Amino acid sequence: MYVAVKGGEKAIDNAHRLLAEARRGDPETPELTLDQIREQLGLAVDRVMGEGSVYDADLAALAIKQACGDLVEAIFLLRAFRATLPRLAESQPLDTARMTIRRRISATFKDLPGGQVLGPTFDYTHRLLDFDLARPAEAPPGSAQDHGQAPDQPSPKDESMPRVTDLLADQDLIEREVPGDPHGPVADLTREPLAFPAGRDLRLQNLARGDEGFLLALGYSSQRGYGRTHPFAGEIRMGEVAVEIVPEELGFPIVIGEITVTECQMVNQFAGSATVPPRFTRGYGLVFGASERKAMAMALVDRSLRARELGEDIVAPAQDEEFVLYHSDNVEAQGFVQHLKLPHYVDFQGELVLVRGLREEALARRKGAAE
Amino acid sequence: MAPTDQTSNSGDGPVVRHGADDSAVPADVRHAGRQAWMSVLARSPVDRVAQRWQAFTDQEGAQEYVRLRAPETGLVMVRGRAGGDGAAFNLGEVTMTRCSVRLADGTVGHGYVAGRSHRHAELAAVVDGLMQTLAAPRLREQVIGPLADALAGQRRVEAEKTAATRVDFFTMVREQEQ
Repeated sequence: MYVAVKGGEKAIDNAHRLLAEARRGDPETPELTLDQIREQLGLAVDRVMGEGSVYDADLAALAIKQACGDLVEAIFLLRAFRATLPRLAESQPLDTARMTIRRRISATFKDLPGGQVLGPTFDYTHRLLDFDLARPAEAPPGSAQDHGQAPDQPSPKDESMPRVTDLLADQDLIEREVPGDPHGPVADLTREPLAFPAGRDLRLQNLARGDEGFLLALGYSSQRGYGRTHPFAGEIRMGEVAVEIVPEELGFPIVIGEITVTECQMVNQFAGSATVPPRFTRGYGLVFGASERKAMAMALVDRSLRARELGEDIVAPAQDEEFVLYHSDNVEAQGFVQHLKLPHYVDFQGELVLVRGLREEALARRKGAAE
Repeated sequence: MAPTDQTSNSGDGPVVRHGADDSAVPADVRHAGRQAWMSVLARSPVDRVAQRWQAFTDQEGAQEYVRLRAPETGLVMVRGRAGGDGAAFNLGEVTMTRCSVRLADGTVGHGYVAGRSHRHAELAAVVDGLMQTLAAPRLREQVIGPLADALAGQRRVEAEKTAATRVDFFTMVREQEQ
């Protein structure tokens, strides 16, 4: 138990001044601007927006600068700022079929309607350090088209692009999603604490803002045999979608802007029953920004957490919703782990008294037995 | 100034006549024009909106209005759907700023823009108001049209770059199958 302490103000002030100095680093080196962070460390910004659960690139860049690049600390800062803002509206559900595609791949179908575009990706790079980046470039890198067009390429379509899961569903080879009640309540863990058993809406919200590392390890564990789900990356797409709200005074939907999201449709092993012939099951990942690894991990864990609903034995951590949902939030997790650093003097004094007493008793017993 | 060709590709959809009795028209058609210009105003960067607005007021003079609701920043909870087309869930929030104004003739304009720019929301509200008045054709020509063109141009460039990464994979026949 933690008992409050007093004092130390001077030392704390000085420590914070020292932190500011450490944050700035060598004053001979030019100071980072938020534009530089937003434009050149975009994936860090995306992670902070996703797990901080607030889409605002400038705020995320500021948080990263203030946290000296510690992304979990930056996520904490963004969550704290969020608490100062009023909730003005809920959006209409995003229509990811109408995404302006910047990347779209499938590991299940080579020739899917609409085609596959790689977009900006680390895939197929050799992971060799590029020492050319160690010094500032003299000219901006040539644009993608400078190296010639890829073969046979009608430009990506603006209109709705079919999902791989729809192609399978048309042949009844995969389960269909159950459309929710459009006027029904949607669980919101920013308003009510977690409750179990958790509905899929609550689970997906929790996973969308959950720690990438935690979800990655859980997804990996399911692949290695702790609750196998036999996944295929049916489709991954990344791009921009419009956010729409229906303001009360207007009564019709309007676009307030566009956000970048990454979506992963995982296609998993069959399930069937006496009445339903076997078909593939699905796991879903959707995250803010270009965060493919997180979207894939989320889809794996979403599928694992559907064990109860699909009548599977719950034998592995990734299938245990209390375990997963209670430990996925890195703001809560870091808070509880790091509170151990706070002075526990009173508590520890009690433990000292106890251990001394136990030792005395034990020594006395040993002495008595020896005599 | 002559009215512009309103069927031009300025991204503002069907024309809506202010004050016309359009109650028999389905809601999605009735509001399409306003939805289109509000979308253009929200998706354009604030600097570009301010620049076009400046050009407009240089020519037309300052526009009078009062704030019905001062710019206010808050959050919108963004929803997704399980599997892309299933039941809704809460994905996370996005910052948004809103503002409402009343023009000298009583027309009310609303601005709703993602982000925290008060100026953006206020400009969007004023232009939304004016777009419902007789000033609409001139605004379309000087503000909405150019903004829509810039967005479309940007999208075209992005689409071309993306298209250059279109890929065709070939499945190799395994040795034992030959």
